[in-house]
Amino acid sequence: MLRLLSIALLLAIWWIAALFVGGAKLPAPPVVFHVILTEAASGALFLHLGATLARVALAFVLAMSLGSAIGYLMGRVKLADRLGDPWLILLLNLPALVVIVLAYIWAGLTEAAAIAAIAINKLPTAVVTLREGTRALDRSLDEMAAVFAMPRWRAFRHVVLPQLAPYIAASARSGLSLVWKIVLVAELLGRPNGVGFEIGVAFQLFDTPRLLAYSLTFAAVVLVIETALVQPFEARATRWRPRAA
Amino acid sequence: MRLEVEITGKTYRSAAGGPHEVLAPLKFALQSGEVGVLIGPSGCGKSTMLRIILGLDREFEGHVARPPEARIGMVFQEPRLLPWRSVEQNVRLAAPEITDAKLSELFRILELEAHRNHFPGELSLGLARRVALARAFAVEPDLLVLDEPLASLDDALAGRLRDEIATLVASRAVMTLLVTHSLDDAIRLGDRLFFLSSRPARIVQEVPISMPRAERSEVELARIRAELAALLLESK
Repeated sequence: MLRLLSIALLLAIWWIAALFVGGAKLPAPPVVFHVILTEAASGALFLHLGATLARVALAFVLAMSLGSAIGYLMGRVKLADRLGDPWLILLLNLPALVVIVLAYIWAGLTEAAAIAAIAINKLPTAVVTLREGTRALDRSLDEMAAVFAMPRWRAFRHVVLPQLAPYIAASARSGLSLVWKIVLVAELLGRPNGVGFEIGVAFQLFDTPRLLAYSLTFAAVVLVIETALVQPFEARATRWRPRAA
Repeated sequence: MRLEVEITGKTYRSAAGGPHEVLAPLKFALQSGEVGVLIGPSGCGKSTMLRIILGLDREFEGHVARPPEARIGMVFQEPRLLPWRSVEQNVRLAAPEITDAKLSELFRILELEAHRNHFPGELSLGLARRVALARAFAVEPDLLVLDEPLASLDDALAGRLRDEIATLVASRAVMTLLVTHSLDDAIRLGDRLFFLSSRPARIVQEVPISMPRAERSEVELARIRAELAALLLESK
């Protein structure tokens, strides 16, 4: 209820601002919604959204699985940490734009290059978060598992993984928001479809309603995925914690 | 089965840099069906000794002979339960082969039936300790290691759990190593008492109690206690 009220307030502010600024720079909400409806009717909206979501999904899964594995290794094995740390610092501080441009130069304007570039941007933050999580693992529980001779997989699943779950959830969350941002840049620079491509076109034509139409639908999809997928996962991962009253 | 411990020394380097001697040379052995009790002042190195015996700490001089196939049941000083698994899951994860009937029996004896589906965070320390005991018993161990398992329990419950430990030890050929501060626990449960010095720990006195546990009446216990007091006074 409070959320709906907050969204309504945002719409109201937008509308009032549109009245002051004028339709060319900031079109009023009905104009934008009209564009959304026509784009949806023609199918273009879903095509571009779908292309973007597919890229997000692939890059996200790739970066999360690889990043978690590397982070766990670096948290557990000192040598891996020593060797990997300089690379990690380099990757962390490499601007997203550089990675994307280089990927397109080296691998061509291909889907693989786009997805790899997005994944590489997300990878180091996943590594850092999971390394931190692995370092914080409770040694005394490892000892318990060792004394009771728990097989490796059972110990990993029941002793280690639940401790990492909050870190995985945090990394997924921050990673998703990072991927959302970077995917549009990658599309703008070198893809013939997707929300980023459409925004690029709208920018060249100074078509503000179209630009807002695509950005808002995209934001709405992000919001839905966050509340429908990420938050329930987080809640499940921490369900054993006594809840705050 | 037989547990043989011969530690010739254990030092560790403190954060300040200097080496610290934790354990002095010490040697003892334990047979199946025997309860060995380690009694010593706080911080004397008992926990270090246990970690060595359990194979968690390999950086020591000496030798521990423990049958490789021996199943270990351990009650740590803190319960060390998995907070994200229920009481029942905690026990089953350590002892996957336990039958439903045995588990129910164990929970009944330890009065945990009502707490099967609770998470450890919802339990009092006393309850959590009982779950840790249940977990150690559930694996039907060959070597049972109890690190102050009855601390912070009320007398009635501690007495009952002590009887349960005695029953378990009697029912199977298990080697038991009990660490305690309580002389009372020691003489009620132990077959062989090892009195440890302060750090670096060594065995000051080894006292066998030959009388079977079941026959130790209050009168006998009082006599053993008096004998021990005299003996310890003598050794000082």
